[in-house]
Parts: sequence; C-alpha cells; structure tokens
Amino acid sequence: MTDLIENTRADSPMLQKRYRAERRFRAYGIVAILIAIAFLGVMLISIFGLGYTAFQQTEVKLDIYFDPDVIDPSGERDPTTLSTANYQSLARNALRSHFPEVTGRREKRELHGLLSRGASNELREMVQEDPAIIGSTQTLWLPASDDLDLLIKGQIDTALPETQRQISDQQIAWGLALQADGLVERNFNHRFLTNGDSREPELAGIWGAMVGSFLALFVCFILSFPIGVMAAIYLEEFAPTNRLTDLIEVNINNLAAVPSIVFGLLGLAIFLNFMDLPRSAPLVGGMVLALMTLPTIIIAARAALKAVPPSIREAALGVGASPMQTVFHHVLPLGLPGMLTGAIIGMAQALGETAPLLMIGMVAFIVDIPQGIFDPATALPVQIFIWADSPERAFLAKTAAGIMVLLGFLIIMNLSAVLLRRRFTRRW
Amino acid sequence: MLASDTATAGRQSTLGARPKWARILWERSVLALLIASSLVAILTTVGIVLSLLFESIRFFEAVPITEFLFGLEWSPQTAMRSDQVGSSGAFGAIPLFAGTALISLIAMLIAGPIGLLSAIYLAEYASHHVHSIVKPLLEILAGIPTVVYGFFAALIVAPIIRESGSVIGLDVASESALAAGLIMGVMIIPIVSSLSDDVISSVPMSLREASYGIGATQSETIRRVVLPAALPGIVSAMLLATSRAIGETMIVVMAAGLAANLTANPLQAVTTITVQIVGLLTGDQEFDTPKTLAAFALGLTLFVITLLLNVTALRFVRRYQEQYD
Repeated sequence: MTDLIENTRADSPMLQKRYRAERRFRAYGIVAILIAIAFLGVMLISIFGLGYTAFQQTEVKLDIYFDPDVIDPSGERDPTTLSTANYQSLARNALRSHFPEVTGRREKRELHGLLSRGASNELREMVQEDPAIIGSTQTLWLPASDDLDLLIKGQIDTALPETQRQISDQQIAWGLALQADGLVERNFNHRFLTNGDSREPELAGIWGAMVGSFLALFVCFILSFPIGVMAAIYLEEFAPTNRLTDLIEVNINNLAAVPSIVFGLLGLAIFLNFMDLPRSAPLVGGMVLALMTLPTIIIAARAALKAVPPSIREAALGVGASPMQTVFHHVLPLGLPGMLTGAIIGMAQALGETAPLLMIGMVAFIVDIPQGIFDPATALPVQIFIWADSPERAFLAKTAAGIMVLLGFLIIMNLSAVLLRRRFTRRW
Repeated sequence: MLASDTATAGRQSTLGARPKWARILWERSVLALLIASSLVAILTTVGIVLSLLFESIRFFEAVPITEFLFGLEWSPQTAMRSDQVGSSGAFGAIPLFAGTALISLIAMLIAGPIGLLSAIYLAEYASHHVHSIVKPLLEILAGIPTVVYGFFAALIVAPIIRESGSVIGLDVASESALAAGLIMGVMIIPIVSSLSDDVISSVPMSLREASYGIGATQSETIRRVVLPAALPGIVSAMLLATSRAIGETMIVVMAAGLAANLTANPLQAVTTITVQIVGLLTGDQEFDTPKTLAAFALGLTLFVITLLLNVTALRFVRRYQEQYD
C-alpha cells in the first residue's frame, strides 16, 4: 500500500519513468511525421534542382548567310527544293568562319559537334516561311548541342580525363572561346515547351506529350463525367435497396482499388484486340482512364448529391414536380459544383497515371504533335518515363523538367478544385 | 413510379403542355439511361475478369498451371531459333511472387511504422492547427504521380544506396529491391496514416476518459486502450496499403530489375509481377505467343491477390464499425 502511494508522487522514480515513456512516445510521432515530410521535401528539391536547368538552352549566335547557291541554285523557289536543301552546311559554314584555322576533316567534325542538328531545321522553317530571306545574312541564335549545353551549364567535370567525358578538350576550348566573345548564351528554352520528342536532348520538347495528355483527358472527361454523374443520380436518388444496388456499390468500391495496370490489360484485350481501335491513340488512352476514374467520380458525385438537403426535394415534389424533374431541375444544379470538384480531382489522378498507358502502346517514340484523338501520341507521365530511360545525360534534366511541368498541372488542377469547392460550398 | 404518375397528372391538368404518356415515356427512358450508366461499373468488372480469364486459359493450355504457380524459374524469352536451348521459355512465377513480396515487405516496413505513428500523433496529440497543416502535407505524398517516385527511386535514391553500400564494403545492385521498396514505402505512408487517423479518431472518447480516470498517461491510454480498440481498422489500413504496394507498377518498372532472381537479399535486384507484365507487353511482338499471354496470367494473379486483400480489409472495417455504432 505504501508502495502504491509512493508511486503516485510526482518525483517517484516509477512515475518519472512513465512520464519519460510518455515524452518518448510523443517524440516518435513527431519524428515519423518529420521523416515523411523530409522525404517529400528532399524529393521535390532534388527534382527541381535537376530540372530547372532544362528551362534554359545554350544558344550560339551566328551570322547565317542564306546562300542562294546552296539553297536554291535554280532560283525557282520550288517547295521541294527548299525543303531538301543542305541547311546544315549554312550553319556550319557560319560556325567555321569563327575558327578559320580549322581545316582537317576530323577537326571540322568536332567543331560541328558544338552545334545542334536541329539548327538546320530552324533555318529550313525560316526559309519555308519567307523565301525572300534567301540571299540575305541574318544574325540568329541557334541551339547548341547537348554537350556544349552541359559544358556551359557547368555540368561537365572538366577535370576528368578526356576519354571519360562526351566533350573533347578541343571542343571545350572552342566553346569557351565562343563564350568569351559573347557568342554563346543561355536563353529561355522555348523549344522545350513547343517541340515534340526528339532523339537529341537539346531539341526534345514536352509539347507533344502535353497535347497527348490533353486529348486523352478530354476523351476521359467526356466519357466518365456524364456516365459517373448519371450513375450517381441513379444510385443516390432512384435505386431501390436490393441485391443489384448492393452489387453495384460493392463493385464500385472494389474497382477503385484494382491496380491500374489491370485496367491497362483490359484496354489491351478489349479495346485494341477485340474492338480493333488504333494502338497508341489518345482515344483508347482516354477510354481506359475513363474506366479508372469512374469510381472516383461516382463516389464524389454521390457525396455532392447527399449534401443537397431533402427539403429541396420535398419542396419540388410538393409543388408537383415529378421525381425526375425534381432531380434534374433542382437537385442536380445544386450538386453540380461538388461533382465538378470531384471530376477535377479524378482528372488530376488520370493525368498522373502511367502504367495503363504503357499497356496500350502510348509509349512509342513520337516526334509529331498529335492532331486528333486517333493519332499516335504519348502522355506527360509516359514522356517522363521514356526520358528517364534514355542513356544521354542531358535527358536527366529534361526528365526532371518534365516532372516539374506535370506537377505544375496537378497543382493547378487541385487548386482550382479547392477554389471551386470554396466558391460554391453552401451551408444549408 | 406511382408518385411520378400522380404528379404528372396534376401538372398536366393545369398546364397541359405535353401529353402525359410522352413525359412518362421520356422519364422512363431517362431512368433506363441512368440504370445503364450505373451498370457500367459492373460491366467494367466483368470485362476485366473475362479478358483476364480468357487469355489466361489460353496461356494455361500452353503452360500447365502448376508450372506457373510453383515453378522456380522465370525466363519468358522465346527463342530466335527453334533449336536454341530453353527455346520454350520457362514460366515459373515463384521468383516474381517472391520479388513482389520482398519489395512490398520493405515498403510496409517503412510505411507501417511511419504511417501509424504519424496517424497516432495527428489524431491524439496534434492541435487543430498542426493537424490542418500536416495532414494535407502528407496527402501531397499520395497525390504525386508514381512515375515521379520511380524517377526519384531509380535516378537519385538507388545511386546513393549503391555508393553508401560500397563505402561500407557491401555489394549493392544498381536496381536493388531496397531502393524500390523504400520509395514505395514513402508513397503509401499517406494511405496508412490517413485511414488509421480516421479509425483512431472514431474510437469513442469515453474509452479514453475511463483510462485517464484510473490514472493512465496519454501514451499508456493510446497503447493499451485506443490502439486495441482501433486494431481492426488499422489492420485493414495495412491490408489496403499492402494491396496498393503489390499492384504498384511505375516505381518498380523504373527502379527494380527485370532479372528474376529468387533471393531474400534486399540489396540484390529482384523483379515483380507488374514489372514482368510491362516487360512482356511493351515493345513490338506479335500477340498470342505464350510470352504475351503470360502477362494476362500474371494480371489475373495480381487481380485476385489485390481483390482478396481489399475484400478482407473491408470485412475488417465492417466488423469494427458494428462494435461502436
């Protein structure tokens, strides 16, 4: 008995021990939360740290002489001649004019390696747009190769022996000489945001994937939102409580937990092999994503309908509206903002989804920007996956930059969902 | 529909805009459309089951099901030439199951304690203010696309683990199970913490008060009263998280290997069911070979495993809810 009283005194060793255990337990919780948040922080910081450089591109300032003898010796301005002319040599000549001492074949090739292969495409596009510039000299900023780009961005360890890096000592010297003359600059990388994919890291852009994602999400929304809302209306407003309703509800909950890759297999087996829809198309991608988002949308739409108070329904029914009119004229308009919020969150999930798109072949190397839902396309997360797999070092920054773009879209979508919810939430 | 009929009749007599039968017909067809929409969910499930079963049965015609389920060797490469060694390919999926289990186990070893302890802190200790900041932060983890985790695991974490392994003299594979499992664990922390937070918060206050009343400290109350009461819900949260880990694809595709090693060493490369499905079905090959059909058999296995886990988890929650409601 004395022991018991002894143990309840504030300074008793037993109680002190229990208090210490209390503080320890509390600390475990804080540490756990800090670890989770630290992971989030480290991940975002390292990705942003890698990716921001891809939004800049090293460019070389060159005075390009659009030599009529090279582009169009006949002077007829025939479109096929204009598109097949040797623009590469125009850019290379301009570059060589800065280094007249370079004469050997191998040396020349090394020098040309400083300039991107994409430079000729840009010259071609300029000429096709306005053939009048043939014969004139234009001062242009043309993209540098990924090697020079990495050098200027300081991502190449010049202390390494020459054989262990992509860029040679000679190229480094030329690059630095150009930089000293103010002919090499890092500019905003508009190519990253307007180009499709490319084998050359300095030309690869995210626009094609963005369009692909947009088209797939469009198909996804068009299919899943109406079907999801109608299913929710039925289940919430009309469905009798019976076996079938129960089965549908269990089904929806289970579908929400099916691994996404299984949906990809479904798409492959049914949409591609059975229905013979085109492979790699945003149409099929959107259909698969729609099936995946459907449970999310149904669950959100049901919650939105539940939030509309019964008094609204009773009032409508009381003045003689049919149940169908009650729902479509009164309940649905009030629930719509909540449903849209759910749909945006569902779309954000669909935007980040990769695995099912791999199954239906949206993982091909596609340079062209897709023009419609039947064209082959990739999607943002798939493009990130493709770049992450590329061996060239310059793609590392591109991958991280792609992730930044993807996260940017997700933030915008989730924020707009939050704002929409705030704007339209009604307290009844 | 009775209420609808009388309402229609009442309105028609005053307005007379549309004949009664036309509107009944219209409303019936709208209702039919609504029912059809809600059946899409069932059709999807049926579609999944049928397409997986159909292709799997064709696979099991070529490869016996016992070999698939109990075989120890997985090398699905069908040979270029028919006389090549091992031209038939080996479809023993045990190394895949083991690899999936290993990576999921590592993930749960990370997500289980961290998620549960975070949930306990959030539900029992944190002030409203802290709760409203930390919970959304943890949920960001759930909103980040898995391809981002895959990138982080494969290109940032895996090299760090390998380097630090070589510093202390360990030979770590560049596509170690540890890197994939670790990052997958981070990804599923919010699943564990969010679900556990809900069940812990729903334990009735009277239980805690009774415990405080007989002199227990807060941590003692949590450990001896709240957690046992919330246990079924916590178990179900863990099961759902495990199911998520098993079905996760992109992290393992990017950070785990393709080689089917049967090992329990987390520093070596293992492969998983989902990695093999992706590996078998991407790239150009003709359909209907045992190689592509094997992907559907794996998909069926994956579907069955995750479904069982989810159904068990839901059972646990239901049983728990009945206790206090």
